[in-house]
Amino acid sequence: MNIPLFLDSLKIMGLGMLGIFLVTAVIIGCMVLLTRVFRDKSEEK
Amino acid sequence: MIRQRDFYCGHCHDKSLFLWEHKDKLLPDFGKEWSKIMSQLLSLFGNVTELTWQMPVMWVIGAILIYLGIVKKMEPTLLVPMGFGAILVNLPLSGAVTQIDKITGETEVGAIDVLFNAGIANELFPLLLFIGIGAMIDFTPLLSNPKMMLFGAAAQFGIFFTLGMACLFGFDLKNAASIAIIGAADGPTSIFVANYFDSDYIGAIIVAAYSYMALVPIVQPPVIKLITTRKERQIRMAYAQRPVSKTTRILFPIIITMIAGIVAPKSVALVGFLMFGNLIRECGVLGSLSETAQNALANLITLLLGLTVATKMQAEQFLDWRTLLIMGLGLVAFIFDTAGGVLFAKVLNLFLPKGKKINPMVGAAGISAFPMSARVINRMGLAEDPENFLLMHAVGANVSGQIASVIAGGLILTLVPMFM
Repeated sequence: MNIPLFLDSLKIMGLGMLGIFLVTAVIIGCMVLLTRVFRDKSEEK
Repeated sequence: MIRQRDFYCGHCHDKSLFLWEHKDKLLPDFGKEWSKIMSQLLSLFGNVTELTWQMPVMWVIGAILIYLGIVKKMEPTLLVPMGFGAILVNLPLSGAVTQIDKITGETEVGAIDVLFNAGIANELFPLLLFIGIGAMIDFTPLLSNPKMMLFGAAAQFGIFFTLGMACLFGFDLKNAASIAIIGAADGPTSIFVANYFDSDYIGAIIVAAYSYMALVPIVQPPVIKLITTRKERQIRMAYAQRPVSKTTRILFPIIITMIAGIVAPKSVALVGFLMFGNLIRECGVLGSLSETAQNALANLITLLLGLTVATKMQAEQFLDWRTLLIMGLGLVAFIFDTAGGVLFAKVLNLFLPKGKKINPMVGAAGISAFPMSARVINRMGLAEDPENFLLMHAVGANVSGQIASVIAGGLILTLVPMFM
């Protein structure tokens, strides 16, 4: 059992999950923006 | 050698009579000849003496992989070449892998090692495979329902959970990170990360990653059932496919590459190749390239990948109690990926109004194993309610898992060295 390393891994877990949700939020924002700015023409008709 | 004419005498012109008459003189030489032939035969099969007990064990493991691939149809494109490769590299003094000649001391480079150095050690094969995978994926269900991307993120929890578990079990950080990435449920990402960290267990990691990807229909349902109620599994979700413009579909892979590149620069090769494949699919002017990437390129790389990975399945490296531990940790990663996605959906439901609630099973499709996971969720939904079609929602979550797993891989590559 390597407790100090395990504690480091918890920090990585926190940073990693935070990082992935932040990137996801940015990607969702981009997707929403893209679909609004470049609407499908058939939808407009 | 005794020649017949040397022993001819007056009365024995007949050959058989000659041999009989002079057997006493001839036998010692026949004996020498016989022993010479036998020693040549022995040297021909002398390899047998190099056989160790671990080798037949690896043949059995190879045979099991081939069986699972052919009979059970579990990821046959990878498991069959890997199984065959496991047998090939575990033959005594196999010429397929690098050997040192005991007499001359010279190194004889094996073909599979040449392939490994040319395609995996430099991460080329996983990246090329990603072009093919990118060309196969249609991101339209995700673009028409962007919030599904959240489940892709939540379902990467298993990676980080397993990282902690691997550290607890005594693996150093680079090996723990390589094992944890099994939870990406994505073979090329697992190979890329494990190879980047120069993991000692790359063979076991790849076997675990591909095996569990194939076992998604067995691993996910019990986990989902354990943490959801029947009522939750029966939640219906309306689906209205919003049309997505071609411009959006073209810009999407470019923008994702830029975002991933800025946030996790080490993942940019993975994301970039995946998105390049998607760009050639969506641009509409590279139909033949897209088709080649989806079929010929992906097939060629897969063909070589399975066989090449087998170089890390040599008995002395593979038959270790840690391999069993890695297989166990891989299962943990898949279980907690599934649980992460499902529990995140349940948390979201606390804030969503009635009628807008999400079927928590869709969260489990956020793992990258595409399209198995989406199919499993759809099947489970239909089993609970024959009129509840979750497929398109699940596909949206599932393709988001492809992006999220690569980003998670990039984050691991960025974060882990900070703590080493």
